[in-house]
Formats: sequence, structure tokens, C-alpha cells
Amino acid sequence: MTTTIIKTTTKILAPLILVFGSYIILHGHLTPGGGFQGGAVFASGLALLIVANKYDAVKSLFEKAPLSVFESIGALGFLGMACLGFAGYTFFKNIIANSGFPLFGGKTPTGINPGYLNTGGTLPYMNIFVGIKVLAGLTSIVLVFFLIMRRERDEW
Amino acid sequence: MNGSIWVNFPFIVVALLLAIGFYTIGFKRNLIKVVIGIEILEGAVNLFLVALGYVKGGYAPIYTLAPPEAANPQNMVLPTPQALTLTSIVIGVAVSALMLAFAVNIYKHYGTLDVTKIRRLRG
Amino acid sequence: MRTSLGLLAFIGFTLFLLAAMISIRPFGEPPHREMDDWFITHAQIEASANNVVTSIVFDYRGFDTLGEATVLFTAVSGVLMVLRRKEGTKK
Repeated sequence: MTTTIIKTTTKILAPLILVFGSYIILHGHLTPGGGFQGGAVFASGLALLIVANKYDAVKSLFEKAPLSVFESIGALGFLGMACLGFAGYTFFKNIIANSGFPLFGGKTPTGINPGYLNTGGTLPYMNIFVGIKVLAGLTSIVLVFFLIMRRERDEW
Repeated sequence: MNGSIWVNFPFIVVALLLAIGFYTIGFKRNLIKVVIGIEILEGAVNLFLVALGYVKGGYAPIYTLAPPEAANPQNMVLPTPQALTLTSIVIGVAVSALMLAFAVNIYKHYGTLDVTKIRRLRG
Repeated sequence: MRTSLGLLAFIGFTLFLLAAMISIRPFGEPPHREMDDWFITHAQIEASANNVVTSIVFDYRGFDTLGEATVLFTAVSGVLMVLRRKEGTKK
């Protein structure tokens, strides 16, 4: 499946798709989107990279950066951000919102506004962690199907 | 009467999609087609949830650069069904991958995907 | 015989679905929206987010998202378990 057409298209399209996925994850509290959708877009870009490259290159790349580590980081980070609410409040309490914390702690004006990135409290952190988790999960599913396809072709 | 039917057009589409999904699950023998039927059912349920939350002439529940008419909360679409649909979509993707993995395993074990022929035990 | 009986039951079920969907409340006029009004008016004050859907997913109904992440993890590990390479059982 690694023809010249797919390789050239991937060289142009894959960086755009990856950047767009990161944008959707980071701006999840301002524009339509969020961790799940951005993670799915990012995973589709990685799937394009997986399809367009050779078996050995893909395998060595994912042995250097194992996806289970990203999955664990996402799950534990999400739980940790939820547990921040135990500092005086309840589980899942958004304690950073409107508190003046330097990262994502700015004050949101009520009503219609152009949208400021430095707001949202714990929501952007949770978006990032859930995005990491979703992209690791979906990419591992695609990778397993790709590997089994290549393996079956060798065996049968 | 005629007007009231066409007001509910999205719900009728949901009913037809549900019927197609149930037909595919009940009357097709190929396992891949059964998985496709389950996916159609899931799309119908997602469409039903989103259609339940729609408000006539409403705007998306996002304040970033919204048109000035959306400042009144009565003009915004209900956000809770959208959030639950979002959850449902991601779960659907993962579960469909799981079903396809089982289909691959069944094909490797029995050599066929026909549901009437894979009932026999094979060691 | 069994197929035609099943087809009859399926047609009856489809007619029931169509009747139910025609007689449901009119499209675009939800009868109760007090909870959603609370979410829309308080999302910017309590959750500090412009996107009300994100504030519901991660703040008001965070337990839903927690369970959803668990389901995703379980499904992915199930796929990896089903499709793993079996050692020594080459057929």
C-alpha cells in the first residue's frame, strides 16, 4: 500500500492534520471540540503515517515511544486533576477557575466574548490528558490491525 | 395531520434507521454485516439524542464570537444531550473495534464468518 | 417458515416504531429545560469556559467522563488481548 501517491499525500497532509488535532485539543474550552474529538483527529493523522510507511519503520518508532505509557499518563493525569478538588471541595470541583492561577486561571467575562485562551481552570488540563489518552487508544487499535494484516500476509 | 408528521421528520428518520439496523442484525448471516448493523443502530440512537435537544432556531451553546441573539439563554440548544452523545460516540468507536477484533479471531478459528456455521465446537 | 414469521414480527415492530416517532412531542420544542438553562447561564461563572458542552463533559458530569475513559481503556485492552500473537500455537 506504500505507493508514491500515498507517500506524497502523507508528506503534505499529515503535519496539517496533526497541527489541527492539537489546535482542537488546546482550544477545547473556547471553540467546538475538546479532548475526544482532537484525540480522534490526531489519531487519524497518525493512522495516515502508519499506512504510508514501511513495517519496520513503524515498528521501531512505536517501540521507542510505547503507547501504553501515553495511555497511563492520560488516565492518571485525568484522575489527578479530578482529585485536585479535594483541596477543600468535592471530587471534580473546578478549583483553578477564575482564581488567578498563571496557567489557564484567568477570569472569563460573562456573556459573548472573543474567547481568551488563558481561562478555563482545570478544563484545558483535562482536555489535554483525555486527548493524550484517546489518541493513544485509537492509535494502538489502528496499529494492531495494521500489524495483524502484515503478519497474516507473511504467514498465509 | 400532514403538517405534524413532517414536523417530526428527524424522529421518523431515526425510526427508519433503527428498523434498518434491527433488520441487519436479525436477518444477515455475515458477522461483518451484523457489526455494520450495530453501528447503524448506534448512529440512530446518537441522532435521536441530538434531535431531542434541538430548539427551533437555536444557536450552538458556545459563547465565543456568538451572534448577539444568542445572548438570551432561551435561544441556545440544550447542551446536555450533546455532551452525552459525545461520550457515546467515543465508546461506539472502541466497541466496534472490539467487535471487529472478535470477528477476525472467529475467522481465524473457524475459517468462515457465517453465523449458522460457527456453532459447532472445534478444538 | 421461520424467516417469514420473523419478517412479520419485524414489520410489526417497524410500524410500532414509526407510530411512536410520529406521536412523540413536536421536534424543536423541548418541554423541560431548567437544568440546561442553569448550565448555560452558570458555565462561565462556575467553570470559566465559553464552551458549555465542554464544561458539562469535564465539570458538571465528570463522573460520566471517568466511566467513559474506563470503558475506552477496557475496550482497547480487549482488542490487544484478542489480537495478540499466540506463541507456539501455529496452526
